[in-house]
Order: sequence, then C-alpha cells, then structure tokens
Amino acid sequence: MSHASFSASATSGVPALDIRNLEKTFHVRDNDVHVLSGINLTVEAGEFITIVGASGCGKSTLLRLILGLDRDYEGDVRVNGETVSGPGPDRAIVFQEHRLLPWLTAEGNVGTALLYSGLTRQEKREAIRDHLELVGLSAFATAYPGQLSGGMAQRVSIARALVNRPRFLLLDEPLGALDALTRLRLQDELKRIVANEGSTAVLVTHDVDEAVYLGHRIVVLHPRPGRIAAILPVPAAAREDRSSPEFVALRDEVLGLLGVESGKSAVRHRETETRVAV
Amino acid sequence: MSADSIIPPRAVAVPHPVSALVRRIRALDWRPLLSFAAIIALWFAAYEFNWVRAKFLPSPVAVVERLWFEIHSGTIVTDLLETLRRNIIGLAIGGFIGLALGALLGISSGFAKIVGPTVLAQRQTALFAWVPLLSVWFGGADVGKIAFISVAAFQPIVINTWRGLTLVPKTYKELAESLSFTRWDYVRLVAIPNALPTIFTGFHAALIYAWLATVGAELFLNIAPGLGGRLTEGSQLFEIDLLFLTIILFGIVGLFYNSLAERTEGLFLKWNSR
Ligand SMILES: Nc1ncnc2c1ncn2[C@@H]1O[C@H](COP(=O)(O)OP(=O)(O)OP(=O)(O)O)[C@@H](O)[C@H]1O
Ligand SMILES: [Mg+2]
Repeated sequence: MSHASFSASATSGVPALDIRNLEKTFHVRDNDVHVLSGINLTVEAGEFITIVGASGCGKSTLLRLILGLDRDYEGDVRVNGETVSGPGPDRAIVFQEHRLLPWLTAEGNVGTALLYSGLTRQEKREAIRDHLELVGLSAFATAYPGQLSGGMAQRVSIARALVNRPRFLLLDEPLGALDALTRLRLQDELKRIVANEGSTAVLVTHDVDEAVYLGHRIVVLHPRPGRIAAILPVPAAAREDRSSPEFVALRDEVLGLLGVESGKSAVRHRETETRVAV
Repeated sequence: MSADSIIPPRAVAVPHPVSALVRRIRALDWRPLLSFAAIIALWFAAYEFNWVRAKFLPSPVAVVERLWFEIHSGTIVTDLLETLRRNIIGLAIGGFIGLALGALLGISSGFAKIVGPTVLAQRQTALFAWVPLLSVWFGGADVGKIAFISVAAFQPIVINTWRGLTLVPKTYKELAESLSFTRWDYVRLVAIPNALPTIFTGFHAALIYAWLATVGAELFLNIAPGLGGRLTEGSQLFEIDLLFLTIILFGIVGLFYNSLAERTEGLFLKWNSR
C-alpha cells in the first residue's frame, strides 16, 4: 500500500470520514441544481486528502456538508462514525474567502477559535502568538482585517483554523491568494502539522502540484453534477520531491483527468499561473 | 517569509506639536465656508443697497450687537442652556429606551414578532402629530416638551438598533456556527459589532430629530425659558434682529451636533476606517 504511513495512526476501526451515496441538490425557485452525485469516500484518521476539480463542480459544497453547515442532502456523511448534525470543535474550516470579523484584530480573530478550548488566558495568548508566527504575521497581531492584504487575511484565517488543534481540518483553497514563496512554505507547514498532530485533512485546491505534494490521495471531481472521476493514491516519493518522476507522472495524470491535454501545455499553464500569483 | 511581515503596521514618527498644528490647518478644507461667506456677503449687500426693507432684514451688524446686548444684559445664554438641557434629557431618555427596546427586538425574534409591527407602525405616524397628545398627557411645561423630544430621539434609534442587530451577513452567521459560538458570544462578537455602524446612523438621526423636536416643542407648547420662546418673542414684538440671532444659534448647535456625531463614530469604529 502506497499510503501505509498514515494508516498506523488509524487506531480504531472507525474512519475519520465516511461518505456514502451522497446526493446534493440545490433548489433555486423552480430550478433544481444537482450539484453532487454518487459521492463515496472513506478517509482514515491521519490521512491528507486533496480534492481537485473544475470551478463550480461542488468542492466547497462538499466541505460545507462535512462541516455540517448544510444538512439538506441525501445519503450518509459520518465523521468518526457519527452522522454529522452540525459543526463541532473537532472540525475546523478555512473558508474559500477569509471570513475574518472586521471589528476584531488579527489576534482577536484567531482567538475566536479558542473560546471554549479550556485554556488559560496565558495559554491562549501563547497559542495565538505561535500561530500568527507560523503564518508569518507576528508583526500584524493588532492590525484589523481592513488593514491586511487578501493573502495576509487568508493566512490569519489559516491560523484561526489551526490554533485549536482540530482533529479534522477542512481547507477550501487556503493558499490560493498567497505569493508563491509563502505558499510553498505554508504547504510544508500544513503537511508537517497534519503529520505531527495526527489530524485528518481535506484540502480543496486548483493547484495540481499542491494536490500531489500534500495529499496521501487525490480526489478528482468531474462537474455537472459533481462526481468522483478518480481517487489516486500518491506514492511516497511523489510527496517528498516535486521533481521526482513519480510526482511528474501523477501530476500529468491528474491534469489529464481534468481535461488538460499534454504535459507540456500543462507545464506552460502552471508557469503562467505562478507568474500571475507572484 | 514574505516581505510584508517585515514592516510593522503602526510605525509612524511622532510629529512636532506646532508643525502638526500647521499641518492640520493646512489640511482643513475651506471650500464649504465659501457658500457661508457668499451668503453673508449677499446679506450685507441686501442691507446696504436696500434690496429688502430694514424692517424685514436686519443688518449683520445689528445681529452681532443684539448678541452682545443679550450676553451682557439679556437672557439668551440662559435660554440656550435651557434649550440644551431639555434637548439632552429628551435625547437621553428616548435614546435609552430606543436602545433597550431595539436590543430586545434584535436579539429575541419572538419578542420582535409581537412588538415589532407596533414599533414599525409608530414610525409611520408623523412626529408632530404627537404634540397635542403628549401635551394632554404630560402638560405643556417642561415634562411635555421633554416627552416630545424623547419620542423624536426614540424613533430612529429603536429602528436602527433593531435592524443592525438582525441584518447580520450570512457569512458571519456561518462563521459563528462553524466556531460553535454560544448565543451570548454570537451577540457579543458578531451581532453587536455588526450593528454598531447602523446604530450610529440611528444616533446621528436622533440628534437631528431631537433638535428639530426641541425647536418644535418650544414653539408649539407654552412659553418657557428657551430659544424657541425667544423666536416667538421675536416674531410677536417684531424684533427682527432677535429672530435672526436665534435662528443662527439653532443652526450652530445643529452643526455642532452633526460634527460631534461624525467624530464619535470615527472614534468608536476604528476598524471601519477603510
Ligand atoms: N446556496 C446555494 N444555492 C444555490 N446554488 C448553489 C449554492 N451554493 C452553491 N451553489 C451551486 O453549486 C455549484 C457548486 O458550487 P461550489 O461553491 O461548491 O463550487 P466549487 O467547486 O467550490 O467552485 P470553485 O472552485 O469556483 O470554488 C455551483 O454551480 C453553484 O452555483
Ligand atoms: Mg469553492
């Protein structure tokens, strides 16, 4: 098994996430929009899952269902063996847009995730400081979201999601708004945190390199209605080295599944994307 | 680490006080004063060239002289203070009740279902329609006047507090849900801060309404010390300079309230300064 490394941390037999025959339809006036169809996915504790798919294929919707923000669906969504009945402190999300409260400073926003943590005042302060440092924003602890750039605000929301050390991380394009350098660094941090804390992560991304580098398995979605086209295990060598043949091969396979024709044009596409992001 | 984390956000050099003052004066926008100046120039001209009979239009100098006289041997300072006292008490009572009721309406949807429609209906009644009723209930003296001012201040504050607390963007509601906020934490961290700008809008409107109501109450209800009484006096005795002086005083207080409201808002909503 290519992802045997994490299955050791799956102590009980109960998977961290178990989705069965999921169907999701939005009812907009007289229109029914079938967004997710026939989703089956089992995620072991400690596993890092990445999801890629075209815009509008239902990735954010899927994360909202796992979090429990939306309970109008058919099928089964279980977290640690229990049907999701709403959000809980065991799961944390980084929304696609930063969703910071504009009237709280960066540290105040991170602190909102610690309200019920049971930590002392001092411990909270330290946890907040450590996590702002982790995302490289120590100097902006007392800045308001309106004074931060989009990428900086997104990093604060990453700190907010991580600060309470959730068992389960839901990440909706968390690194999308970042410059290339910060993105690479935070990819390593996310990988390290999930590995060290034994938490489970589901990360949505448009960046195929990121999906390969972070995931134990990659879920490729096809649109209209959103459905799983493939679930690809990532070889350990690919996760370790972005220039390994395994990495390149898997990236091309994913790009192929997403409808990008040759590896060459895919590389050019990536380069333009990076240049734009910088 | 990216470059943006190197510069701390509040690295501002402390300015020298005098140069700071000079800079502030330079930064003042003089353009709004142009229209004031034009009006005063027009006023002088109209008086000097007899465009209007002096009976109806005093000279600006006469108004200043009247002010001088009033300060030294008249009652206008007491009148002004009386009017302000009434205004502030009415504002405080109406504002407090409005804030409390608005908060209840905003926090408890059950309460809003029962009481909300009545509050909305009350808003539809023209403000001055309350004068006769209030004078029957509270008399035309101080209490009646203050009651009327309170009603005027109450209306915008109750509505804006209520609306501000209820109209929370869905994204913030979801965030609060995803962080498992208790009801109290939701109110404290989301609903109230989200409502503050709207509440300030209500407070701003209340200042202006209450000031209008103060003039109205003093004009419509029986004469007592106060600027409104001086207006009545001016028109009955045909003291045109007194009328002008009083109107100008009303305007100055109104302007002061307006800038006070704007300043407090900026002070409270630091985060809102985009
Ligand atoms: N509240 C809603 N009501 C109606 N339709 C919705 C709602 N939320 C999402 N949709 C629809 O569901 C589909 C999937 O949306 P979703 O946000 O999950 O896409 P996504 O895969 O996250 O896209 P992107 O990559 O652009 O973020 C879209 O067609 C969208 O129009
Ligand atoms: Mg999305």
